[in-house]
Amino acid sequence: MATKIIDPVTGRKIDERRFSSISRRELLKLTPVMALGAFAIPALQTPLLKKGLAFSDWASARVFRSGHLAQTFSDGEVTPFNKFPINDYDVDDPGVIFENWTLTVTGAVQKPGDYTLAQVQALPRYRQNTRHVCVEGWDVIGRFGGARLSDFLNMIGADPTAKYITVACADDYYESLDMATARHPQTLLCYEMYDQPLTREHGAPLRLTVPTKIGYKQAKYLTDLKVSHVLDKVGYWEDQGYSEFYGL
Amino acid sequence: MSTAVEIVQNSKDAESIPVARAVYEHPLIVRLCHWINAISLFVMVGSGLQIFRAFPSFGAKIPQQDLVHWPRSLAIGGWLGGALQWHLTFMWIYLGSGLVYVAYQLFSGHYRQVLFTHKDARGVWPMARHYFFFGPKPLQREAYNPLQKQAYTAAILLGALSALSGFAIWKPVQFSWLAWFFGGFHWARLVHFIVMWAMLGFVFGHLVMVILHGWNNFVSMLTGWKKDPEY
Repeated sequence: MATKIIDPVTGRKIDERRFSSISRRELLKLTPVMALGAFAIPALQTPLLKKGLAFSDWASARVFRSGHLAQTFSDGEVTPFNKFPINDYDVDDPGVIFENWTLTVTGAVQKPGDYTLAQVQALPRYRQNTRHVCVEGWDVIGRFGGARLSDFLNMIGADPTAKYITVACADDYYESLDMATARHPQTLLCYEMYDQPLTREHGAPLRLTVPTKIGYKQAKYLTDLKVSHVLDKVGYWEDQGYSEFYGL
Repeated sequence: MSTAVEIVQNSKDAESIPVARAVYEHPLIVRLCHWINAISLFVMVGSGLQIFRAFPSFGAKIPQQDLVHWPRSLAIGGWLGGALQWHLTFMWIYLGSGLVYVAYQLFSGHYRQVLFTHKDARGVWPMARHYFFFGPKPLQREAYNPLQKQAYTAAILLGALSALSGFAIWKPVQFSWLAWFFGGFHWARLVHFIVMWAMLGFVFGHLVMVILHGWNNFVSMLTGWKKDPEY
C-alpha cells in the first residue's frame, strides 16, 4: 500500500480519520448543486420554468436592435408559393366577408375607428423577401408586400409613449408586439404575398409579417388593432406557455 | 498544482507508516461546474430532442421528409412549448457553468491539467492502444493522460459550439453574423444537432472510462481528492 511522495514540497502526512473528515467536508461543499433539484419538485417546476422563460424574453428584448434589418433574399431564393405552408391554430379560412371588412383601431391613439383596406393600401407599399421561421424549427423564404406598421401607427396618431400593440383576428386568434418591433421598418401590415393579393388561407385581407419575430407572431385575418401602455392579452400560443417576446 | 498528502494510520506517531497517498485534483469550482453542467446537459439534450420532434427534419417543410421519429419517452418537456421552457431556462445554467469553468481554468492556470497541446499528441496513440487493443499501459505522469486531455479539450470545444450554434438558431436576425458563420439558419440547426450527438459520444466514452477506473477516481470529482493516484 505504501507509496513514496513524489512532490516533497506539498507532501505532508495526515491521519486517515482526518483525511475522511476533509473528504466529507469537500463533498458537503457540493450541496449548491442540489438547488437544481427544485426543478424536480412539481409545485416549483412551473414557476421556475416561467421565470427562466421570462429571463430569456428579457434577454431577447435587450439584444433587439431597431435599426438592424433581417436578411433579405433574391427572388431566386424565395420558396415557391405552393411550398409556403398554410399554418393556423383553427381553420384555414374563417370566412371573412371582404365587402364589410375594416380594421378596428382602439386604445392610445388620436384617431380611433374603423379603417378600410384602401386606407392601408394608400400608405407607401413595401415588398420584401424575408425568412419566416416557425417555432417548430422549419423555415421558408416568402415574398411579402404591404404597408409599414410604423406608417399606419403614425396615421392613426398612436401615442409615442405606448408600449404595445395587440391584434385580434377573424378566427379569434390574438397576438401582441412590443412597440420597438411594431415600429421596425420590416414590420408590415401585409396585404400581398408573391405580388398577388393575400389569399384567404394566408390571412386575407390583412395579416402581419414580422421578420424579426417567430412565426406565431405573424397573425392572419386581422380585425382589430389596439395601442396600449400595458399588455392585457399577450397571444394565443403565449397563453399556452410559449415565449412572449420570441424575437429572432 | 495539485496538493499531495500522505495518509498515515496514526498521526501521533511521527514515524507513522504511510497507508496511501492522495492528491487534490479537482478544485471546488471545477467540481461544482462539472455537476451543474452534467445536469444541465442532460436537460438540454432531453428538451432539445423534444423540440426536434416538432420538425424532425433538416429539409423543406413541403414536402416534409422526417429523419427519425424520436420517442417522446426519451425526451423532456412533454410537448414543444414545455420543452422550449426547459431549453430556454437551462441554457443559461449550461452556459453559465461552462463560462465559469473556462474562466476559472484560464485565470487559475489549472487549464494546464486539461488542455491538449502538441506535447500530448505523441502520447495519444499509446493510450488508445492500451485501452482498445490491449497494449501496455503507458506510465502516468500527471492527472490526465494525453487521450483524456484530447477528450476533455474536445468536449469543451463541443460545448462552445453547441452554445454558439444554439444562439445562431435562437437569434438568426440579431446574431446574423453567427448564423452566417454556420452557413445560415438551416446549417446552424444541423450543426446544433450534430454537436449534440458528438457530445453524447463523449459522455458515453467518459462514463465507460469512469466505470473502468474505479471508485477512487469517481470520488475525486466529488471530494476533489484522489486516493492512490497512479502518478
